[in-house]
Formats: sequence, structure tokens, C-alpha cells
Amino acid sequence: MKLAFILAYKNLIGAGLRTWLNVGILAFTFILILFYNGLLDGWNQQAKLASIEWEYGYGELRAANYDPYDPFSIQDGHQSYKPEDFNMLTPILIRQASIYPHGRMLSISLKGIPHDQEQLKLPTTFLNPSQGEIPVIIGKRMAAAAKLKEGEEVLLRWRDKHGTFDALPVTIVKIFDSDVGSIDSGQMWIGLAQLQEMTGFKAEATYFVANKNYNHQERKGWSFIPQETLLEDINKLIASKKISGSIMYLLLLAIALLAIFDTQVLSVFRRQKEIGTYIAMGMTRLQVVGLFTVEGNMYSLLAMLLGAIVGIPMLSFLAVKGISFPEVTQGMGVTMAERIFPVFSLQLIAGTMLLLIISATIVSFLPAKKIANMNPVEALKGKLQ
Amino acid sequence: MNTARNFTGKMKKIILLFSFLFLGIMSGQAQDAQIILDKVDKNMVSKTEITESEMIIRGKRNVQTIGSKSYTEGNKKSFTEYLYPERERGTKMLKLEDRLWIYSPSTDRTIQLSGHMLRQSVMGSDLSYEDMMEDRKLKEIYDAIILGEETIDERKTWILELTASVENVSYHKRKIWVDQERFIPLKEELFAKSGQLLKKTTLSDISQIDGRWYPKKINFKDVLKSGNGTDFIIKKIQFNPAIPAYIFTKASLKK
Repeated sequence: MKLAFILAYKNLIGAGLRTWLNVGILAFTFILILFYNGLLDGWNQQAKLASIEWEYGYGELRAANYDPYDPFSIQDGHQSYKPEDFNMLTPILIRQASIYPHGRMLSISLKGIPHDQEQLKLPTTFLNPSQGEIPVIIGKRMAAAAKLKEGEEVLLRWRDKHGTFDALPVTIVKIFDSDVGSIDSGQMWIGLAQLQEMTGFKAEATYFVANKNYNHQERKGWSFIPQETLLEDINKLIASKKISGSIMYLLLLAIALLAIFDTQVLSVFRRQKEIGTYIAMGMTRLQVVGLFTVEGNMYSLLAMLLGAIVGIPMLSFLAVKGISFPEVTQGMGVTMAERIFPVFSLQLIAGTMLLLIISATIVSFLPAKKIANMNPVEALKGKLQ
Repeated sequence: MNTARNFTGKMKKIILLFSFLFLGIMSGQAQDAQIILDKVDKNMVSKTEITESEMIIRGKRNVQTIGSKSYTEGNKKSFTEYLYPERERGTKMLKLEDRLWIYSPSTDRTIQLSGHMLRQSVMGSDLSYEDMMEDRKLKEIYDAIILGEETIDERKTWILELTASVENVSYHKRKIWVDQERFIPLKEELFAKSGQLLKKTTLSDISQIDGRWYPKKINFKDVLKSGNGTDFIIKKIQFNPAIPAYIFTKASLKK
């Protein structure tokens, strides 16, 4: 085996440019697979963390008739609760409302949250009524859509529980910056007590965000959605991205493997005398097939070596500094950070290496197995078979 | 001592007399206001109506004119068919109680609007679907008092302040300027509970139709939005005609 490795190495180095072209494209594919998957893993990790910190907490306890995907359910999707029975939970009440920034009308979801909550990262301390007449906070996407600035007043119109219009100016006390678009776009956050008083829905909530220590037990009229279920959407999104991205790098991998395959076919064809000599000197046919397979396989080893030389500094730099994405991608409602830090797990690196080694071995073996059927005498003579 | 006691006694009587007078005037005023409101309702509300109208919506970039024909029965049932422009022709709306269906001929589909969707504006106008659906008698849902008098376009009006007497009304307070001869509002202001002015309505082109006064042009203006508001022009109106029951069925949307 050692001999096979030495021979294979010498043959490859001897082939010069042909070898380095094969190795180059394989190394590029190796780095690309690592980069793309690392980027998606980084996005996945950051998106999940941001969603837990800003939106989901450790699960949601929803009013039975509230469905976040059905805006029709907001009207009646709320229930009364006794605060003492809902420990480890942060109540949120949602109502539909309109704001009138600069003579325009915008329909919004008005969300009431306790100003002293600590479960979500929302800067709710700004919602303390002492800091302004009716303080509200909005996200940067909402601020951009409504062209609102911190400290600005805007007229808010809503309906009370009987359907009667009410309107008052509210003050934007804080514009927060979150990667989670679903707590930002088309939404305005207000103190829960304030909203309950404004609408007449005293001690009512649309849903609760669970604390880490919350232990769910069946509650009539409420349904609990665990954190894993809430995060499923992100998992599905990343999985679909991985599939669509894999098409691109699998094509590139196919080209690299095709080049190895061609080289192997050419080697077996042109080096018949050499094959005959190996057998004449006592090597079995299987050993010669092994030698050629190792030679082909060595492309992948060299590619990984080259990939490591180029990739380690480059990918390490990206993992530390991150990659910035344009603002436009964040307005699409997908949880995505401005800067994504790729994550290169051991599993990803080992998996990619294994993919490269196995696929290179297969494409090297296929042309080499022809050697097993060769007549050694004819091969020695260099006659075409 | 006696003189002082007599004086105090007289003062008490005077205060009592004035109090009664004041209360009398106030209750008389309130009663008058309710009578005025009743007369306004008699002009504005009918059991059934068939209307051909035009809605002029002034957007930021363009002005849109939409023609429609509506059938109404009380405040629970109404059916509207859009006649023009071509883009809206054949669109139909059916309202039964608090449910509203819209049929679009281009997709041949009927969708139901409910909840907050009813609060959206109708085709970009200053009117919401709910505004169009609201047709209860003012007297039934508001208590009125006379605030004063004013002349609008050479017509003497009473200024009435209406405060909701029931809970489920959209506007807690209204101010209406009622023509003293024709008992028709010439102007209306709609307020939020906080007192914030929300909408203004101007009624003009008052004509006598079937023995009652009726405004043929109504301008709705959402005062919180910029723009010139939406004009609602009545081309033809019939009061209390017989409307076949099938009109107010979902089947009529696809006819």
C-alpha cells in the first residue's frame, strides 16, 4: 500500500499541469461546499437565537381562537387571564390599528407588552408611561416604511372592544434594531396596561411568551406551542436553501469528477506497458487496480491539502468578520442578520472530506477496473486492448 | 336678623327657580334636538332603497370615478353592483348582517370580508366598507343636544352634538349641521372617543325626491389623511321600492 501511495504521488506530480488542474477545481469545490453550508449553518444558528431572544422565548401559549397566520383571528383571538395563574409567562395583546404618519394611513398591528418584562429583548423599559404621553417602540423596518424617527409623534387610531373609534397621538420613544422581521414590519409596541385600558380589554391577552422555567400544563382555552415547533419554519427554510444550493456545488463537483474520470481512462489506455510490467514483476491484477485507484483518489487528498492551505485562512477570516448582507434582504420578513458569521462544524468539514474522497475513489476505480481484464503479455507489448 | 333670614330665603327661591328654568330649557333643548334628529332620520333613512351613484376617488396621482347600483333593505341587507369603469364592471358586494361578500368577475370568485378587513377603505376611497354598511337611525344610537345655530351657504342650520347612547357605534361623538327648513344635514363631523376629529362629511345639491329632501352629493373626507376626500354622487334614487328577496342572496353575486 505504501508503494502504491509513493508511486501514485510520483505519477501525479510527474503529470504536471494536468494534475494541478484537476486538483484545483476539486479544491475550489471543496472550499465552496464548506463555505455555502457554513454560511447556511451560521444563518440558521443566528436566526434561531434571534427568534428565541426577540420573539418566541421558550414557547407560546396562544388563545385557542388565535392563529398568527390568519389576520382574521386577531379580532376575536384574545382571552381573559388571571396574572397569578400565568407565572413564567409574558402576556401580549394584539389589536388592529391605523397610524397616520405625514398624511398617509398605515394599517398596523398594535401589540401590548408589559414594560417591565425581561423575557424578550425588546426594549420595553422605554414603554414606561412616565417617559412620555403614550410611549411606543417600533422596529427599524417599520420606521423606514412609515418614515418615522425617534421622538416623533404620530396619530394612532384604534377601536375599543365595542368597535368605537378612538385616536390619540403617540410618541416613538425608541426604534429598535432586530434581525427578526416578524416583530417589526407593520407593528407598533405599546405598554400592555396602556393598551388594555385604551381598548377596554382588561386582563386579556392574545398570547403569552414562555419563560425558560415555564412548565406547561393543560389550560382550558389556551394552546401551547413548544419552541421546537416555532423554530421549525427556520429549519425548513434552511433545509430548502441547502437543497437549492447543493445543485450548484454538485454540478461543480460533477465537472471535477469528470475530469478525474477522463484522466484515469487516459492513464489506463496510455500506460499499458507499465501495467504489464507491474504484473510481470509479480503484482496481482487487483493490486494494480488498487494502485490506479489510489492514484485517482490522491487527487482528492491533494485537493483537500490545497483547499486547506487556501481555505483555512479565508474561511477563518469570514467566520470571525462575518459577511454583510444588503438591507433589502432584511425587509422580506425572513429572520436574517445584517452580518452572518459562517459556522464550520467538525461534522460539516468531515462530511465534505468524506464526500470528496468517496466520490473521487468511485470515479477512479471505474476506469481502473478494466485492468483486471487485461492480458498481461499484450499489455507488455503495448498493444491496444 | 329677620331681614337677613328673609334675604337668604328669597335667594334660595330664586336659585331654585333658575335651576328649574335651566333644567327645563336644557331638557326642552334635548327634546327638540331629538325631534330634529327624528326628522333627519325620516329624510335620510327608508325601509328599502335603490340607488344609482357615482364615487369620485381622488388619489395622489389620479382621479377615479366608479359607478354603481345599490339595493338596500334596512341596515342589515345591501347589494351593490359596480357598473364602471371597465376594470370594476361586474364586481358585486353583498352585505348580510355583519358579513360582507365581494364577487370579482375577473377571477369568478367570491371572497368574504370580516373583522378588520371591513375597516379597510373601499377601492382607495375615504370610506371604509363598514362606513358604507352603517345605516342605523341616528335617533336610535345617539343622544342629541343643540349647540347653537349657524348659516351655511345662506341656509340657517342648527348645530347638533350627538353622543352615542349605545356601545357598538363607530363614532362616539358627531356634530351635525341640520338645515332648519329641510331637516337635512349639510355638514357632519365625526369624532373619536378622545375628541379627535376623524372624518368630515359635506352634503350638498339637496333636492326633493318623492316628497323628502335628500342630498345628491356627499363629500367624505378622512381628516387624518391628506387629499380632497371622496365624492359620492347620487344619480338616481328610489325610496321604499319592492326589492325581490333573491337580490340579497349569494347566488345573485354570480348572476
